[in-house]
Amino acid sequence: MVKPKVLILSGYGINCEEETAFAFRKAGASPEIVHINDLIEKNRLLRNYQILVFPGGFSYGDDTGAGNALANRIKNHLRDDLLEFIHRDKLVLGICNGFQVLVNLGLVPALDGQYGSRQAALVDNTSARYLDRWVDLAFSPFPNTIKSPWTKDITRISLPIAHGEGRFYAEPEVIERIKQKGLIAARYSRGEMCTLYNLPANPNGSLENIAGITDKTGKVLGMMPHPERAIHYTHYPDWTARKLELEKSGRKISEEGDGNKIFTNGVDYFR
Amino acid sequence: MAHRIEVAPKIPDARAKVREERLRNLGFPVSDLSLVGVYTLEDNFDAGTLIRIADMLSNPVSQGYSFSWRAPENFDFAIETGFLPGVTDNVGNTAGEAIEDLIKTRFRKNVYSSEITFLSGVSKEQAVMISERLANPLIQRIHLKTREQFEREQGMGTVIPKVRLTANPKVDLVDILNADEIELQRIGKLGIYDHDEEISARDYADRVLSSVKDQLRRGDLVEKDGKFFQKVRRGPLALDSVYMKTIQSYFQSKGRNPKDIELESLAQTWSEHCKHTIFADPIDEIKDGLFKHFIKRATEEVRRAKGIKDFCVSVFSDNSGIIVFDEKYNVCFKVETHNSPSALDPYGGSITGIVGVNRDPMGTGLGSKPFINLSGPFCFAPPDDILPIYKGANKSQRMLLPRQTHDGVVDGVRVGGNCSGIPTSHFRMVYNYRYKGKPLVHVGTGGVMPKISAGRLSHEKAALEGDLIVMTGGRVGKDGIHGATFSSEAMDSGSPATAVQIGDPITQKKMSDALIKEARDKKLYTSITDNGAGGLSCSVAEMAKESGGCKVYLDKVPLKYPGLNPWEIWISESQERMTLSVPKNKIKAFQELMRKRGVESTVIGEFTNSGKCEVEFNGEKVMDVEMSFLHDGLPSRAITSSYTPQVHEEPVLAPRKRYTKDLEKMLARFNVASIEYVNRQFDHEVQGGSTLKPLQGRGQVNANATITRPVLSSMKGVVVSQGINPAYSDIDPYHMAACTIDSAVRGAISVGARLDKIALLDNFCWCSSNEPERLGQLKRACQAAYDIAVKYRLPFISGKDSMFNDFKGFDEQGRGIKISIPPTLLITVVAVMDDVRKAVSMDAKSPGDFVYVVGETNEELGASEYYAMRGEEVGKKFIGNNVPAVSAARNIQKYEAIPEAINRGLISSCQSVDLGGLAIALAKTSIAGLRGMDLSIENIPGSAKMNHSALFSESQGRFVLTVSPENDSAFNRIMKDYGVGELEYLGDVTLERFRIRGRDGKITVNISVEDMHEAYKSTFKEY
Repeated sequence: MVKPKVLILSGYGINCEEETAFAFRKAGASPEIVHINDLIEKNRLLRNYQILVFPGGFSYGDDTGAGNALANRIKNHLRDDLLEFIHRDKLVLGICNGFQVLVNLGLVPALDGQYGSRQAALVDNTSARYLDRWVDLAFSPFPNTIKSPWTKDITRISLPIAHGEGRFYAEPEVIERIKQKGLIAARYSRGEMCTLYNLPANPNGSLENIAGITDKTGKVLGMMPHPERAIHYTHYPDWTARKLELEKSGRKISEEGDGNKIFTNGVDYFR
Repeated sequence: MAHRIEVAPKIPDARAKVREERLRNLGFPVSDLSLVGVYTLEDNFDAGTLIRIADMLSNPVSQGYSFSWRAPENFDFAIETGFLPGVTDNVGNTAGEAIEDLIKTRFRKNVYSSEITFLSGVSKEQAVMISERLANPLIQRIHLKTREQFEREQGMGTVIPKVRLTANPKVDLVDILNADEIELQRIGKLGIYDHDEEISARDYADRVLSSVKDQLRRGDLVEKDGKFFQKVRRGPLALDSVYMKTIQSYFQSKGRNPKDIELESLAQTWSEHCKHTIFADPIDEIKDGLFKHFIKRATEEVRRAKGIKDFCVSVFSDNSGIIVFDEKYNVCFKVETHNSPSALDPYGGSITGIVGVNRDPMGTGLGSKPFINLSGPFCFAPPDDILPIYKGANKSQRMLLPRQTHDGVVDGVRVGGNCSGIPTSHFRMVYNYRYKGKPLVHVGTGGVMPKISAGRLSHEKAALEGDLIVMTGGRVGKDGIHGATFSSEAMDSGSPATAVQIGDPITQKKMSDALIKEARDKKLYTSITDNGAGGLSCSVAEMAKESGGCKVYLDKVPLKYPGLNPWEIWISESQERMTLSVPKNKIKAFQELMRKRGVESTVIGEFTNSGKCEVEFNGEKVMDVEMSFLHDGLPSRAITSSYTPQVHEEPVLAPRKRYTKDLEKMLARFNVASIEYVNRQFDHEVQGGSTLKPLQGRGQVNANATITRPVLSSMKGVVVSQGINPAYSDIDPYHMAACTIDSAVRGAISVGARLDKIALLDNFCWCSSNEPERLGQLKRACQAAYDIAVKYRLPFISGKDSMFNDFKGFDEQGRGIKISIPPTLLITVVAVMDDVRKAVSMDAKSPGDFVYVVGETNEELGASEYYAMRGEEVGKKFIGNNVPAVSAARNIQKYEAIPEAINRGLISSCQSVDLGGLAIALAKTSIAGLRGMDLSIENIPGSAKMNHSALFSESQGRFVLTVSPENDSAFNRIMKDYGVGELEYLGDVTLERFRIRGRDGKITVNISVEDMHEAYKSTFKEY
């Protein structure tokens, strides 16, 4: 079977490209890390790929607003290629800073098919502080949630977040329409991690507890949590305890982590 | 014309709310606070373009903008803070780049960022105090207006902080051939004469009076024709008279006077900061100096003894120490200190510290990729200390309060570490009132490199004759001039503020990616090193050793702003720069790659084999010094030391019936309490290798060791642990150093690292290192480092020292004060662990598990945290004399047995016993697991008799661990096989109560886990 080709963007302070590529490779894809300037220079390079990923990081140091300056660069140099890409049967994933870039590019939520207009924002956490912790997520939280290839068969999982500007915000009527259209892909919710560590479900004050959204096709997904940091059991904060507990009852801990599912979903879509 | 774009949030602003709360917590009755971001554009744009720019710089969903002044409804004061000319403005720079993307034209001029804080509810006086809190006048401008003023003047007004240097670059000859001894000293101590400044008769009289006893300064005050002059000098060279005379005779033999740049260059290369003369010079009977005699010799002996088990690849010769990771990869580590800049501007100091130390692994061998940051230990005065101290007399030049330093450093590390995409896995703070004048800021980085890069051994490098000298990354400004010499002197009112700069992690990240992830493996360069202390003067001269000489054209060096003198370009410490040697046939490909990655690279000269360091500026030869003199010309100075054993009054502590309260208070002490709030602000999971995290267990307790996997396809990991016990120096620096190594080693052992895989890094931070007694203490500490390292067979792989951590200034009453740090050794342990899946964390797991203590608990409360606490209760300093001693010979068995048991899966939790002793370690195990314990310390091994010593003595070589009943016999068998006798079963893990029976068999501690958790987390809750 041909492995789907994944383009993982790098450069200008993006910093999660290697572990994201590792996660895609593990899931059976053929990932390539491509510097944004090469993408700009090599006309139509994007056409060779099935999946485009905006990984996490600190593009431009978050200056002028997280994701803003990188989105501006892409808008001004790659707009047509990008629009062509999303209008074909291809997938786009933005993680953390990548989600911030997607929102600033206007690729999500893209209500009314207005790809390219900024309809929502990821603003400062209500604590105004950078935060690294684990969150519990409810995927496809509503009956009307768009069926996204990325979130297929994922219901409740836990993943880590690490961001300073992750509070999902939009005007009330925009939020209402995002809900109506079923674009909320994942919400922060109380689960295993919150119980274990006595933490609030919503880590950043996101409206509607939004952790990730899609466009109306479900093929473009942006999310604040980092699935690539949860692909092995040793990534979990409580793994030493979990492993012992399972061993006590004669079971073995699974080598996999919940994050893998996102990447295998992306790969499976092209199989 | 300049444009000003003001961006204001149109939805509730979290940052404003938090700033308001912070100010209120500090006692300011602020009632409304709002923030406005400002971009000042130096270029002229038409209205349409300007709107496009503003649309781009603001977020239409959450922000609005305006081109003219506007203000919120409620405010009494407006405070604008922006950067001073020449200070790195990251936001402004990004805005500039983004505008270029938008309008698709390069423009030459700058964009500057600033911020307005509008507030009400406070008095004018309070507003002034707040403005001082919001900015640091060394690097920022602060502009305060009342509402009336703001409205009358229609806003804050436009400020363009452009650097304007009017004088033409020049090269001065320094007359040292005719200089007498005093003048030589003056040049060495105060700097090269620059110009005369006319001063008033009164200033003249004042200065004469205050320098009556200071022959050097007095001589710089001149009266001529009824006018008065001060000779202005360029800042200390930190060259003493022995060095100055050596330089004098060198130039006598050349028959000419040196140019200013030659002298400045020698001062950089010969500085304590670069040459570590105190560690290199002969001391007393030790002719080969402390470093060679103790540290290096220990390593050589250990490596020989380890034989084929030696894992060192390159030690003490490169920018960081390299050890073997696996068949394909090596890892390297470096830990730095960045103390002096952090004392002046904690934010800028710590960010440049972090970003700077990341360049060490980048510049090691052919370059490695940073995969872990170690932030701290940061050593501060307690953050509740609000008594101001001053650098100048008459309450001038107030030093930042400990809390400001604390917050600034945390902010700096957050930005520096997070933006670099390197996990800050390790973090720690240490509090002692003697860090008030000079806080210690330790920062470390680990890098990973393939053993072979494009067919070359990656740990080797050599610039060849004919290779081009290339500078990459940032540009050169006046930043950090005299940084190296400045930190070699105690801090006083002459310290130049140019020693402060702000790091730019993104510029460096772009460079790092381009060099380490691309250029290295394309074989585009032959050698690489970073620009740190001394800037180009040190990096180029250091690499020129490889080829045998260099020729540099300083006019080629790209500058941040015009007008720099050649000597300034040569020694500037502007950040984010690497120096490389690029073969001529690779230069095109190299520069093309850099251009594509948005990284500036410039050919600034050529490596030669002339035996000389030659520098030209606009066709004029400004430096011509033999390499041999530059690097090896400095004379060694014999130093002598003395040592007087300290004897302190032995505190007599009345026994208490219960120690529950003491335990709670100990858990809440600054040195023990949870610093979770800091760990949470640092991304410790980026790069996907985080395995044992800095916070462990359901109770999230700060761990003594962490594990990170640098290579994602491998389950091998790197264990990191640190030891620091400055308080013990008050009794005996020998034991301080021994305990410090032992604590660091114990930490790594406790998670499963094998003793024979451990490597050490040393950072000595000392004080007054020109005083024989301090040097005597240093000698003892080095002796201990040798003794323990050799006994445990642990090599040192890298080190760095900082010798003058003293503050001279004034208190609130104007009395002269000197605050010296306690002699401080930081030991960082790194160890490769074969399978991280075997690691154990510190948290107690299942009720019913058995709790053990391993190791003797002795009467060793000397300089302990518990003594400090009991002393504070009665307003005294309790130190005592029974400092913990390390019995390495006995510890070895334990240090081999415990990892063996861990790797066989027999131990459920393990923690090394550290500050606060057994009670704190047990309590932390309990809090981490949110489990109780039912324990008895009646029969613990060791000489501790009283309950308080059994609970809080800081005896070394101990662990607390828990074992599940089904593993108990196998665990005990291993302990027996390894001959570990000092093992005692203390009791069981329970559901929720934490109870300890004392030496008399009676309950001495009885508390719920929740109460302990609360005490442990309470201290920094509001930070």
